[in-house]
Amino acid sequence: MSVIVKNITKKYGEQIAVNDVSFEINKGEVVGFLGPNGAGKSTTMKMITSFIKPNSGSAIVCGIDVLEKPLEAKAKIGYLPESNPLYYDMYVKEYLNFVAGTYKIKNKKQRIEEIIQFTGLNKEKHKLIAQLSKGYKQRVGLAQAMIHNPEVLILDEPTSGLDPNQLADIRQLIRNIGKEKTVILSTHIMQEVEAMCDRIIIINQGKIVANETVENIHQNKNNLQSIKFKIKGTFEENIFADYDLQVLNNNFYKIKSKNKNDLREVVFNKCLKHNLKLLHLELEEQILENVFMDLTK
Amino acid sequence: MNFTIFQKEINQFFSSMVGYIAIVVFLVFTALYTFIFIDTSVLSSGFANLDIYFQIAPFLFLFLIPAITMRLFSEEFNKGTIELLSTKPISENSIVLAKYFAALSLVVFSLLPTLVYFYTIYKLGAPEGNLDTGGIIGSYIGLFFLAASFVAIGIFSSVVTNNQIVSFLLAAIISFIFYFGFDQIASLPFSFGNFDYFIEKIGINSHYNSMSRGVIDTRDILYFISLISIFILMTKLVLKKRK
Repeated sequence: MSVIVKNITKKYGEQIAVNDVSFEINKGEVVGFLGPNGAGKSTTMKMITSFIKPNSGSAIVCGIDVLEKPLEAKAKIGYLPESNPLYYDMYVKEYLNFVAGTYKIKNKKQRIEEIIQFTGLNKEKHKLIAQLSKGYKQRVGLAQAMIHNPEVLILDEPTSGLDPNQLADIRQLIRNIGKEKTVILSTHIMQEVEAMCDRIIIINQGKIVANETVENIHQNKNNLQSIKFKIKGTFEENIFADYDLQVLNNNFYKIKSKNKNDLREVVFNKCLKHNLKLLHLELEEQILENVFMDLTK
Repeated sequence: MNFTIFQKEINQFFSSMVGYIAIVVFLVFTALYTFIFIDTSVLSSGFANLDIYFQIAPFLFLFLIPAITMRLFSEEFNKGTIELLSTKPISENSIVLAKYFAALSLVVFSLLPTLVYFYTIYKLGAPEGNLDTGGIIGSYIGLFFLAASFVAIGIFSSVVTNNQIVSFLLAAIISFIFYFGFDQIASLPFSFGNFDYFIEKIGINSHYNSMSRGVIDTRDILYFISLISIFILMTKLVLKKRK
């Protein structure tokens, strides 16, 4: 077990931010931490990094209790905070040199060059951090989190503010790291979870409501399915009365159902029956979205 | 103490100009009062001593040191970088000490060039070298401890607020109270009896003056070290609490 969180609770006054949360993460696993805003994702992550102290419970990272031996635990963790705070008055290389110093890294120069290449900061390395765009600042944040080759990477919304190219790069990067290291990342983007994570933990109002592998969720056929389709001309909308029909842009329609039957067949058969011309039919892969909305409403 | 943080703080003093400005202002004003202004100049007084320098320096420190220390923690809290700093494998102790010594080094750095004043007066004495060297050495040691106390007060003021201006004002006020306030209370026209002496001894001024006579009394040294330790300890406690 790489990360063990045991009955961790954090209260802010009367409000309970994280309520008795426990989970375990194996080495080499990439875990997506999901939940609506204010669910307690960041708070949980901050407690694992021992930035904030829990009211009760504890976290164990690589066999080290973060409350008992915080310094040793911190050396094993790479952390990218949600707001990505950086010293804006430093140059990229100067900053990485500073972070490397705090971890007492050997072969500092070589490692800094490596991480600059790894995160694609080569062109920006002599710039002031204040001058970088948001995406590049995010890369600097990632670089500082990974510079000491940590066993456990904790990334709080690592892909916010990135353009599609950078997004693909960073996802690839996280997947690569996830092969050997343990990664916990939080995000609001469901495709990202499918692209990167082995397992998801959904947290709502400070409690864990789901903790399952992505594969398991996909196999669970009981989930809501949704179909997007387009029909030529106009038609009687009430023929889909049994299904929750939604009108989308450009004459597209959407139906949702928890029915076990394949909805594509239903739509096709209805069109055949009423002599309609079906122009478009698409199964929307929204399993995770649906699970998420179901659990956190 | 953590050398990486020490170095970072020193770099930030000079990249933000605060370092240069503090040193230049200190040197310009002490030089003006010691050698140029007719009312206070050593040259017009006719006595080979640096009394005016040691009188004016604490007042300059009263606002220069808060200007140096105000950003130490306030900025980290305000910009959120405290989260970076405190998730690195460095103890609160080392963070506070590294920041403290970085600010103190800057102050010492501004004191060093004033040794030229001493050399000047030494040369101007008639006969040459006719001045109270012991008193001046004592005064320098006293000034160092006074500055070290102000820095400790400054770093504490910085850890209690996110706002640098509040931190500056708080540091200036607390420093003023310790430097001057207790002295003034003790010399009020009505007496607290035996407490007068006690109150005076809480303040910095009586210890600073006693050192400037060239007598290094262990009680004075102990006083300064206690004062500094108390504020550094409080800084550490607040830092721990605020996270």
